[in-house]
Amino acid sequence: MSKVLVFTEFQNGNLKRSSQELLQFAATTGKPVVALALGSQAKTGAAQLAHHGAQEVLLCADTAYDAYNPELFSVAAAEAIQQAGASLVLASASSSGKDLFPRVAAKIGAGVVSDGTEITVSGDDVKVKKPMYAGKCFATAQFENAATKIVLMRANQLPVAAADTSKTATITEHAFTKPSLKTLIKEVVKGASEKLDLTEANVVVSGGRGLKEAANFSMLNDLASVLGATVGASRAVVDAGWVGHSMQVGQTGKTVAPTLYIAVGISGAIQHLAGMSGSKVIVAINNDPNAPIFQKATYGIVGDAFEIVPKLTEEFKKILAH
Amino acid sequence: MKIFVCLKQVPDTETKIKIAADGSGIDTAGIKWVMNPYDEHAVEEAVKFKEKNAGAQVFAITSGPKARAVEALRTALAMGADEAIVINSPENLDAYSTAKALAQAITAEGGAHLIFAGKLSIDANQSSVPQMVAEFLNIPHTSVVSKTEYTAENVTVERDVEGGAKEVVQMVNPSLIAANKGLNMPRYASLPGIMKAKKKVIKEVEFSSLGIAGTEQKVKYAGFSLPPEKPAVKLLTGDAASQVSQLITALRDEAKVL
Ligand SMILES: Cc1cc2nc3c(=O)[nH]c(=O)nc-3n(C[C@H](O)[C@H](O)[C@H](O)COP(=O)(O)OP(=O)(O)OC[C@H]3O[C@@H](n4cnc5c(N)ncnc54)[C@H](O)[C@@H]3O)c2cc1C
Repeated sequence: MSKVLVFTEFQNGNLKRSSQELLQFAATTGKPVVALALGSQAKTGAAQLAHHGAQEVLLCADTAYDAYNPELFSVAAAEAIQQAGASLVLASASSSGKDLFPRVAAKIGAGVVSDGTEITVSGDDVKVKKPMYAGKCFATAQFENAATKIVLMRANQLPVAAADTSKTATITEHAFTKPSLKTLIKEVVKGASEKLDLTEANVVVSGGRGLKEAANFSMLNDLASVLGATVGASRAVVDAGWVGHSMQVGQTGKTVAPTLYIAVGISGAIQHLAGMSGSKVIVAINNDPNAPIFQKATYGIVGDAFEIVPKLTEEFKKILAH
Repeated sequence: MKIFVCLKQVPDTETKIKIAADGSGIDTAGIKWVMNPYDEHAVEEAVKFKEKNAGAQVFAITSGPKARAVEALRTALAMGADEAIVINSPENLDAYSTAKALAQAITAEGGAHLIFAGKLSIDANQSSVPQMVAEFLNIPHTSVVSKTEYTAENVTVERDVEGGAKEVVQMVNPSLIAANKGLNMPRYASLPGIMKAKKKVIKEVEFSSLGIAGTEQKVKYAGFSLPPEKPAVKLLTGDAASQVSQLITALRDEAKVL
């Protein structure tokens, strides 16, 4: 039977939640599940792959794979797909997943669908629901003329059960071909925050021009640290230079899908709504009762952010303490 | 020295999406089309490169239904591109065959020293075409680029990844750079630029003449739908303290997200 290959990612030695989601989903398809794990973290983390549903692990612990390099990784992924005889490949729509797999698809003549939010697999038939126009609508992608189907799923879309530590997998160490590289990773500069990226965060607290000035983002940072949230922003404040553009949520920023999105002093322009309206619960805090953000919000507070946010932070502190 | 910019004409970001009655796509009636916002950064970068490197020539290239796609090329010409090529293609080609067409057309023009593209087109939401073009041309690529530095042989770029982290990547040219928003500030097309762009001849290539087989279409989209309607907002009432405590109760007991 044709296999499912899951491209897995680790962070600080732990299998990322997005990879757990994919492995557990792959196990539900009834097809044999092969995990591809590259880099030195993969060696220490290999057992985790089995605990989440991998039956086979294709492992290459070579430190050359510790930093993502599209040329190096695309050759390894293409070889792994061929070696496993995988007809379905699952990866996260993370920054490396999205960069890598289109290149792999072009290399091996596969189809690739990026940013899936739902996937159904029935025999050889694979259907992927995905947002288009930054979430203003959805479409179902289907493959044709593709012996290998590659699906990049957005994080937090599939359920994760607890790891089953009794499960084991066959681990095969493998060296993939190293092409002569025209791409050199010179340095990886750590981000300011150790928080989850906006696209993976379960709680997002975003600020807009209603915060009046850059310094007032500290108020949001306080709220976010109590909630374990990642801080986002509207384009207006990114353009004003208050925060970096990696924090922008919206049609020309990041599309987020957290369980809870709190929008503070954001009017709710169509381009902003496009990026966040897939959030499960939306809280809007705005002093203008007619702000369009209230049309998308689940709960609305009409009021002054400077009064509401500190109170909210205090109250969350109290209830989350026990 | 030939510099190519791959770009796309997409619905304006203000567009309210409506779905065609049969769900086969979006209803394009009345849509205003614009150059994909990330591609504006790609054009800007190419034109800036040309301004600093005598002998560089910027070719804007797109694949799409000609009548609409040429408008993005006119914008690029008005911003300072020298030449433009439209691959007249059917509506809704997938990323694979689009990338193949772009790669072939670039090769037919004698290849590129540098290729620029946007990191994502805001309609299909795929972020695939640039990486595929690079693979088809067998050149290195970096996507989501917010900084560049050029020498004759190399380009060193910064790529934005999760959590505000950055990867510093050096590529041997020819190479492909897919732009993120922070890369530069796209210029507005000047009036003389717009007038000049109107007079330029845009080279036309028929997609059907490229010999790209139907089997190179790998993905098809159907079943378009709008996101489910959200129930009306629950506005919380009273003074700030009371609003805050209502919110916490609602998040904990009703929405169950705490
Ligand atoms: C091509 C293009 C792409 C774009 N892409 C994006 C994108 O990706 N993301 C994005 O966000 N935008 C995007 N925009 C910009 C978008 O149109 C809006 O300009 C932007 O979202 C507005 O940001 P804002 O809500 O922070 O600011 P404003 O619209 O200025 O809103 C500020 C809000 O704060 C409220 N406020 C003021 N004071 C207080 C207070 N004390 N307490 C509480 N509330 C207060 C006001 O009532 C107002 O509603 C794009 C625009 C274009 C043209």
